[in-house]
Amino acid sequence: MKLSIREFARSAPGPAEIDALLEQHTFPHQDGTTTTFVYRGEADEVRLRHFIYGLPSSQPFNAIAGTDLWYLVYELPECSRVEYKIELVNEGETQWILDPLNPYTARDPFGANSVCHGPGYVRPRWIDPDPDARPGTLRNLIVPSRVFDERRKLQVYIPARMRRERDYPLLIVHDGPDFVRYSGLTTVLDNLIYRLEIPPMIVALTESPNRLEEYAGDERHAEFIAKEVLPMIRTKLPIDPSPSAVGLLGASFGAVASLSTAWRYPGVFGRLLLLSGSFAFTDIGENHNRGPAFDPVVRFMNAFRDQPGTPTEKLFLGCGTYESLIYENRSLLPLLQATGMDVRYVESRDGHNWENWRDRLREGLSWLFPGPLWMVYE
Amino acid sequence: MSGIVLLGPQRLQPTVGQIIQDLDLAGPVAAITGGWEEREHEDDELTANLELETQNLELYQRGEQVLEDDPDLFRALQDLRAQRRKAQALYRISLHGAMATLRAVAEAPASEYSQEELTAAFEVVRALDARHLERITRIEASFRKRWATARRQSVRRQRKEIDEILERCPVVAVAGGHVGVLTDLMRFFGLDSRLKRHQLLAWSAGAMALGSRVILFHDSPPQGFGNAEVWGPGLGLYGQVLPFPQARKRLMLDDSLRATILARRFAPQTCVPLDEGEHLVLVDGRPGAGSSGRRLEQDGRLVELSP
Repeated sequence: MKLSIREFARSAPGPAEIDALLEQHTFPHQDGTTTTFVYRGEADEVRLRHFIYGLPSSQPFNAIAGTDLWYLVYELPECSRVEYKIELVNEGETQWILDPLNPYTARDPFGANSVCHGPGYVRPRWIDPDPDARPGTLRNLIVPSRVFDERRKLQVYIPARMRRERDYPLLIVHDGPDFVRYSGLTTVLDNLIYRLEIPPMIVALTESPNRLEEYAGDERHAEFIAKEVLPMIRTKLPIDPSPSAVGLLGASFGAVASLSTAWRYPGVFGRLLLLSGSFAFTDIGENHNRGPAFDPVVRFMNAFRDQPGTPTEKLFLGCGTYESLIYENRSLLPLLQATGMDVRYVESRDGHNWENWRDRLREGLSWLFPGPLWMVYE
Repeated sequence: MSGIVLLGPQRLQPTVGQIIQDLDLAGPVAAITGGWEEREHEDDELTANLELETQNLELYQRGEQVLEDDPDLFRALQDLRAQRRKAQALYRISLHGAMATLRAVAEAPASEYSQEELTAAFEVVRALDARHLERITRIEASFRKRWATARRQSVRRQRKEIDEILERCPVVAVAGGHVGVLTDLMRFFGLDSRLKRHQLLAWSAGAMALGSRVILFHDSPPQGFGNAEVWGPGLGLYGQVLPFPQARKRLMLDDSLRATILARRFAPQTCVPLDEGEHLVLVDGRPGAGSSGRRLEQDGRLVELSP
């Protein structure tokens, strides 16, 4: 049903009309690319706090005089997906809340955000559990690490009906448990395997107790993955020996860690899936404006850009156009292509978040590890 | 008794036992699960569903044994597969262009020349399909002639055992799985000529393998353009219908343009979706009495089968 919130505001609505408005429409309300956010409640100010880089991150709602209704009209391009919160200001105190009128939320390690699906965005069907798909299982392993001088826990996804006498591809995931919690990775794997879009594969879910340091191009981390995690998994599980059957996945700093590991151990990891990589670099000197956590990233990326070599065979690079890292990712593309690697680059109208990365998994994984979709008819 | 029944997928909704009862078939049943590859022996559920004494023909294991016993043949088969992959890749390139043209013509504003142009566009696609099928047939025939597979000691031993099983089994059940592996195994062991007097029950890839040509299909794959492809010749045990197993999952049959193109491209064969619960009892190669399913009309409509 079409909605003109501005006309509604001019009509001097009373509580009954506002009740009816909220009853008759869902919010945020979409009309083409025009999105209307609404908040009902007492406040001194109401703002939209979104995570779209390039736009002011705080957008004030308009109050409808004489009512407790607030609104904001926003233009969202096709296929956008935006995470946001509503900011309430009362007597100088601010509070960020989920949008009470919007049932869609996305979780991340910091809590949850409301989600606005722009026109044309389709929530993938392969992210929900499919009762027909045989579920894989998670197994705990311990990696005794000489590099970090400690025993580290590792979870491994074992595909349903795994057979010891067959070799399987291996994907090593950075921030693996978070990929499971916030991107539904195990469900996605179950579904894509069931749909024959990827082969049954073993997936190692790694995590770091100090990711901002270890994932920032740290050579110890690369050694840990290449010399300790990978060989240990090979001894315990049936992994295909070919480099083309071994991949690394990471998002944000995890993408830096993946690239750094493959770069330091060329010929070992034949597949890379890099999402929203924090690929900060400088063209001269080392000054940048991303804060001290990025200092080692910049050093690594500058070294990589100087001598990229051929870290892998196939590389899938994805980034959201609503995140600041889009510029680094775009500018990295020609350099990656010039190395001779088979590179695919995908942009999405989304931000630096786990559901953006979730939504890229089907395209990325099925390109890097194509399943027997065309040949198997069960 | 001989005959062919093609069934929909059996994993989630097995109906093969009911069909056996309806047709009043007696065992034993020879089971072909070679399409499951190394899972060939995981046939407990299948055996339970058949409800008759069952013996697995173990085609996959026999194939592996032949390759182990006969390294020269193993290398030759690897070369054959490489040849086939090259031919398929080239055909796919040509097909992509021809299918794009066909769709563009079909969607162009109607004029007095539309039908003529569309017919020509279909002819181009059908010619590509026919040429590819002929090329694959030639490649395989040349291989068989050169390597005299039927006369090799390693193969003869296995064929003899297969013949003995088939001799005492009036019913053969062919399960789904990898359609390429399954078709190759069945032809390699000469089943194209040995199954003509058996009652055949086949589903999914098994149903595809028994036909005159094997068509690979998926309208919305995660990669690529979703153009159905001819893979090669089937066993040629029937020819007037083309089964499309798991059609609800794999085909966009509510897209009338896609459905029309599929039906017209493969005519005069009739495209028949084979989903769970559906089955075709073939009589003289056509769906006969007792069938339960749908067929795709050339205008893209799905209609109930009427024997």
